[in-house]
Amino acid sequence: MAQFISRRVGYCLLSLLLLSLTIFFFVRVTGDPAALLVEPGASPDDIAAIHHQFGLDRPLWVQYALFMKQLLQGDLGKSFYYQTPVMQLYLTRLPNSLILAVVAMGFSLLIGIPSGILAAVRVGRFWDSAGKMFALLGLSLPSFWVGLVMILFFSVYLGWLPSSGAGTPWHLIMPAFALGWYFAAAHMRLTRSSMLEVLGSEYVKLARLKGLPEALVIAKHAFKNALIPVLTLAGVNLVIMVNVAVVVETVFAWPGIGRLLYEGISFRDFPVVQGVVILGGAMIVMVNFMVDILYAVIDPRIRLEK
Amino acid sequence: MSVPAQTIDLPLATPAHSTPRHWFRADFPIIPALILLSIALVALFANFLAPHNPELGSLTARFKPPFWQAGGSTKYLLGTDQLGRDVLSRLIFGARISMVVGFFAVMVAGVVGTLLGILSGYLGGWVDQIIMRLTDTWLALPALTFAIFLAAIVGPSMWNIVIILGITYWTRYARVIRGEVLSLGEREFVGLAIVAGCWKWRIMRRHILPNVINSAIVLGTLMLGVVIIAEATLSFLGVGVPPPQPAWGLMLSDGKQGLMVGYWWLTVFPGICIMLMVLSANILGDWLRVKLDPQLRQL
Amino acid sequence: MPFGTNVVNREARPAKSGPLLELQKLSTHYVSSRGTRVVRAVDDVSLRVNAGETLGIVGESGSGKSTLALSILRILPPAARNVSGRIMFEGEDLLEKSDAEMRHVRGKRIAMILQDPMASLNPLFTIGNQVAEPIQVHEGVKRVTAWERARNLLKAVKIPSPETRVTQYPHEMSGGMRQRIVGAIGISCEPRLLIADEPTTSLDLTIQAQYLSLLRDLQRQYNLALIFITHNLGIVAKMCDQLAVMYAGRVVESGPVSQVFNHPAHPYTEALLSSIPRMSDVDQRLTAIEGQPPDLSRLSAGCSFADRCPKAFDRCRVEAPPETSPGAGRTARCWLAPATVQPAELAAVGGED
Repeated sequence: MAQFISRRVGYCLLSLLLLSLTIFFFVRVTGDPAALLVEPGASPDDIAAIHHQFGLDRPLWVQYALFMKQLLQGDLGKSFYYQTPVMQLYLTRLPNSLILAVVAMGFSLLIGIPSGILAAVRVGRFWDSAGKMFALLGLSLPSFWVGLVMILFFSVYLGWLPSSGAGTPWHLIMPAFALGWYFAAAHMRLTRSSMLEVLGSEYVKLARLKGLPEALVIAKHAFKNALIPVLTLAGVNLVIMVNVAVVVETVFAWPGIGRLLYEGISFRDFPVVQGVVILGGAMIVMVNFMVDILYAVIDPRIRLEK
Repeated sequence: MSVPAQTIDLPLATPAHSTPRHWFRADFPIIPALILLSIALVALFANFLAPHNPELGSLTARFKPPFWQAGGSTKYLLGTDQLGRDVLSRLIFGARISMVVGFFAVMVAGVVGTLLGILSGYLGGWVDQIIMRLTDTWLALPALTFAIFLAAIVGPSMWNIVIILGITYWTRYARVIRGEVLSLGEREFVGLAIVAGCWKWRIMRRHILPNVINSAIVLGTLMLGVVIIAEATLSFLGVGVPPPQPAWGLMLSDGKQGLMVGYWWLTVFPGICIMLMVLSANILGDWLRVKLDPQLRQL
Repeated sequence: MPFGTNVVNREARPAKSGPLLELQKLSTHYVSSRGTRVVRAVDDVSLRVNAGETLGIVGESGSGKSTLALSILRILPPAARNVSGRIMFEGEDLLEKSDAEMRHVRGKRIAMILQDPMASLNPLFTIGNQVAEPIQVHEGVKRVTAWERARNLLKAVKIPSPETRVTQYPHEMSGGMRQRIVGAIGISCEPRLLIADEPTTSLDLTIQAQYLSLLRDLQRQYNLALIFITHNLGIVAKMCDQLAVMYAGRVVESGPVSQVFNHPAHPYTEALLSSIPRMSDVDQRLTAIEGQPPDLSRLSAGCSFADRCPKAFDRCRVEAPPETSPGAGRTARCWLAPATVQPAELAAVGGED
């Protein structure tokens, strides 16, 4: 187990290193960061001054070392627009994003799990086809469009829900639904396939051979086993939700991390954009790491593998 | 037991009732294919089909509703936007942008990913290690956020978007193709080719590539939907195709301004176009996956 | 006596006239989802099992043994259909029963042990929970009582320290132990008939022998009838009274083990027997016959063994031989089998030994 964990920690650190390299590389290769900072038409002297101020005139590896040093100290630079550290901005927005993600996750599980089970139990029949159609729609509708249509319907025509902002639980409903919609489809698909696999297992066959009522077979012997991969995915997806909420948060003006990213883009606030991407990637690497460890704790076979 | 491939152990089947028919994967999905084909044709002949110039409006004809609503006219069948531009014409030219971006981005991702996947799976060793580590890291990045980040630093243009989406989404190809190559490596003919002294490059090109091309096509069809949504999202956020070009995502972003006063046509029509195209690509991709490559089901 | 009191104080039911289980011309087919392909997994099978007796069913994989077992308990995959025949169990036709009635047969009156002990226990529930489950469901007893009986059952299948074992999970046990637990689940409601589908294939040799002797003990104690599905003729020689040989979904030969072994009436049985060098060699598998079994969805009108049969002649390829009886209590499907008794008289003599 210790060997397994140290190996995973190694992979995790390597991934983080590659992540920082990738981002650093793209920033330096694809353009001059200084050009992003100045107004169009700035004089070469101004640009040179900025180069010097940010250390852009030094060799690449020195720049990278500096970049890494600051990163390790939790320093992601200062926002051009807000003039506050990016880390601080990020942390003040994070709770909003988490609330939105948790509620959206609730929606997606509430829809995804029952419909997935129904589709698996009725495989090949009407509910299965209906579920497949639903899943395809979920994967095919852009979440921001779902959000816009909901605003049109519930805010403009019916006047039931506020169209943007935060503050009351009412503000949460539409963004959470728009965000959860895509994930509901994903969770439905996984629940269905996982349930089908469990229903085909020998222990479910034995449960039927015992003469248990079909409802008990599904509720006791299949449900619990089928849910394990779904809940694992849900854990990972929660973190992904925080990071893909950018469009939904933009549509509904929800003050989360996605909105921060959008503001960063609009104001050409480069440190904010870079910081959000780095932290998002790091969060996902960490979550994958934790899931690996968790799996190893649950399933002894994985530990032995390597 | 010899059990036919499609059986799954499930609740008992009591005496005969009619067999379930998978109506939507039993045979070729004709409607989605027709939709994609017609979008492609519209994109191709946009110049002849569009009644107006998509980028020029008349300020006297702003926010006209579709022709069937009060105030609408048949001059602008689907209404006009905030600059008085014809929505229908913009949708028609928007199809061209979506098609071009979708097709080329998938091609870029496909070529990069397939190449790296073949190299990784066939050469193995440290090449494999490096490529797979890179793939894992890349996969860890939230794809959309990463694309936004890249688009924000390179600046908006249609061809930039093609390249950005290509290098954001190649990882899925690399993973799948590598797996396919690994399973091929155990097959006899590759071994025979090695014994026969074929060059590595030749083996990859002549023996491996033709065998993974099916998977690449299936993946490409499925990726088309993902890429089109990504393009719309980037354009919607203002880092995609720059105005005044009529990208569907951009139209949605513009339409947001009229949303609160009920100018629904600016939001509904582009969304329906995106949905039709993505849904068709997904249905077609699902069908292809089942037909061409049953092993890809886990995707 | 190692058994719990409530386990042994049962009386064997007064023997009804006729066998405990009788399959009459049972056919089970798989139909592909578009109805274009029909696989005759079990075709026109007639068999009988008397109370307390052991019937061995042998055949290559794909010969329909497992489908036959699942047909009896009616837990077939959705593509399968019982197309014709009757399954008479204690005088009732199981095919006529409703799903709810059938549930009271499964586990309670007919139990089954599956092939793979590693996979047939649910990893998320304790052993006690899984052993006690059928007792609770079928006999409506309280949880405490059911668990008490579960402990006794574990004792009965010779699992050491059952008190602690009941609270453990399947992954904490060895394969042999898990298969014993599956056996304990099988006998938990004191069924009349136990179907064991290759219960020892995944166990190693010593454990295999122990498990077989355990099954025999249980059979004696409970007056169980046993259907033993295997492809191992050595096990049949040790365990069984009656033998049925299946080939391509049909029973090609059946009868008392000693008679079939000494005077096989069907060339397939002969080939099977000659593929075993010594009868005592327990681990011999049926692999030494040339050729492949036929595709069950494309059976010809003739005998399905004709293509591999060294004695086949013209008639074999155009006309399938009917079931005849080459001796008392025996059947065979071969033109060359000495037909001393016609099928009509078969019922009168069948099952005596």
